[in-house]
Amino acid sequence: MSVSITERGYVNPGVLVSTDWVAEHQQDANVRIIESNEDPLLYSAGHIAGAVQVDWTRDLNDQLRRDYLNKASFEALMSRIGVTHDTTIVLYGDKNNWWATYAFWVFQLFGHTNAKVMDGGRAKWEKEGRPLTREIPAYAPTAYTAPERDDASIRAFRDQVLKHVEAGGPLVDVRSPAEYTGEKLHMPEYPQEGAIRGGHIPGAKSVPWARAVNTEDGTFKPAEELKQIYEQEQGLDPNSELIAYCRIGERSSHTWFVLTYLLGFKNVKNYDGSWTEWGNLVGVPIEK
Amino acid sequence: MAAIPEALAELVSDMESISDRNERAELLIETADRFGDFRVPASIASKPYPEDHRVKACESDAYVWAVDRPDGTLDFYFDVLNPQGLSAMAMSTILAETLNGQPLDSVAAVNSEIVFKLFGKDLSMGKGAGLMGIISVVQTEAKKRLAAR
Repeated sequence: MSVSITERGYVNPGVLVSTDWVAEHQQDANVRIIESNEDPLLYSAGHIAGAVQVDWTRDLNDQLRRDYLNKASFEALMSRIGVTHDTTIVLYGDKNNWWATYAFWVFQLFGHTNAKVMDGGRAKWEKEGRPLTREIPAYAPTAYTAPERDDASIRAFRDQVLKHVEAGGPLVDVRSPAEYTGEKLHMPEYPQEGAIRGGHIPGAKSVPWARAVNTEDGTFKPAEELKQIYEQEQGLDPNSELIAYCRIGERSSHTWFVLTYLLGFKNVKNYDGSWTEWGNLVGVPIEK
Repeated sequence: MAAIPEALAELVSDMESISDRNERAELLIETADRFGDFRVPASIASKPYPEDHRVKACESDAYVWAVDRPDGTLDFYFDVLNPQGLSAMAMSTILAETLNGQPLDSVAAVNSEIVFKLFGKDLSMGKGAGLMGIISVVQTEAKKRLAAR
């Protein structure tokens, strides 16, 4: 059995809630539970009662440009799922909360800080034998006013990354070791997410994102174990400006979450252009 | 080149015409509910399954077996170890229901890109690659038999 969230030594333990907490707050009008998955069938097949779905492709991404939704779309999304600024949103999903933390990161671009992640995600909820329903909840639309999307605080763009590399700044590559070494380039059947070159951004440390979670129940590892990985083993400094990346910025949002909230790193940015941009850019430096 | 089996072609066409995401999901979930009919029986394989039956690109731990019929066609059996791997279960069920016992050249003609017609274009790269990987194994098994003739 995993240690309780408050006993794990996190800098911001309040950003996580347990499955017990979620079970106790399912009827809480001030809490909106949100499921965000990679598998498009999971929510429809059964979800936590009262949970709404936020889909990473349709709801969080601009449907034309490669970018995230804008202020108006975010406001419409929050209205649709019945969220106000006072609503505590609780995200959970498949793949060790990979997509839940991605949604969490996008929500932070619009400053909805009243947000939490259910530790262990969907798999833990199911493993504990807790009920799921196919009933889609309906909430009264809200009037939600969002600020303009803030791309400066937690998001990095390619020019920034290049300057960061030239200055010798630290990066963390959260892809698989095979992607990091360039052995694996892309799936030929999926060229739109492929890259012309393989390898990694010079100086990047390789820490596959899933190392931050316990394999048996998907919960986050205690702070001491996380520090061992990111600080002792990889030498990353919590006070430095750090950029995390993967292939399109989803896995790295998980690492961004871990470093920012659980370990209290001061300045972590997610480079969502990631390898699908860097590996296709002309003339940028690459290491293998 | 042979055409893909008619039942699969019809299903692909039907699914492609569905614009409502929830309707598509419901149909695929119903399909996944029939997965048990094609789960590999103990007479063919038992856990831990040999690695050479594993679909390498599938993160849901999907496995595929091709069993020869006396008429020279194949029956496909599957397992998906991740209980959350609903898409992999639906994909496997579709393949078993439409390809088992079909002429090998038509099975070999199945293009893995039907994944996006069946599941929609919003799949992540990982999910898309995994589902295409299942098709790829099935296709390869048919091609191997054809090459051995």
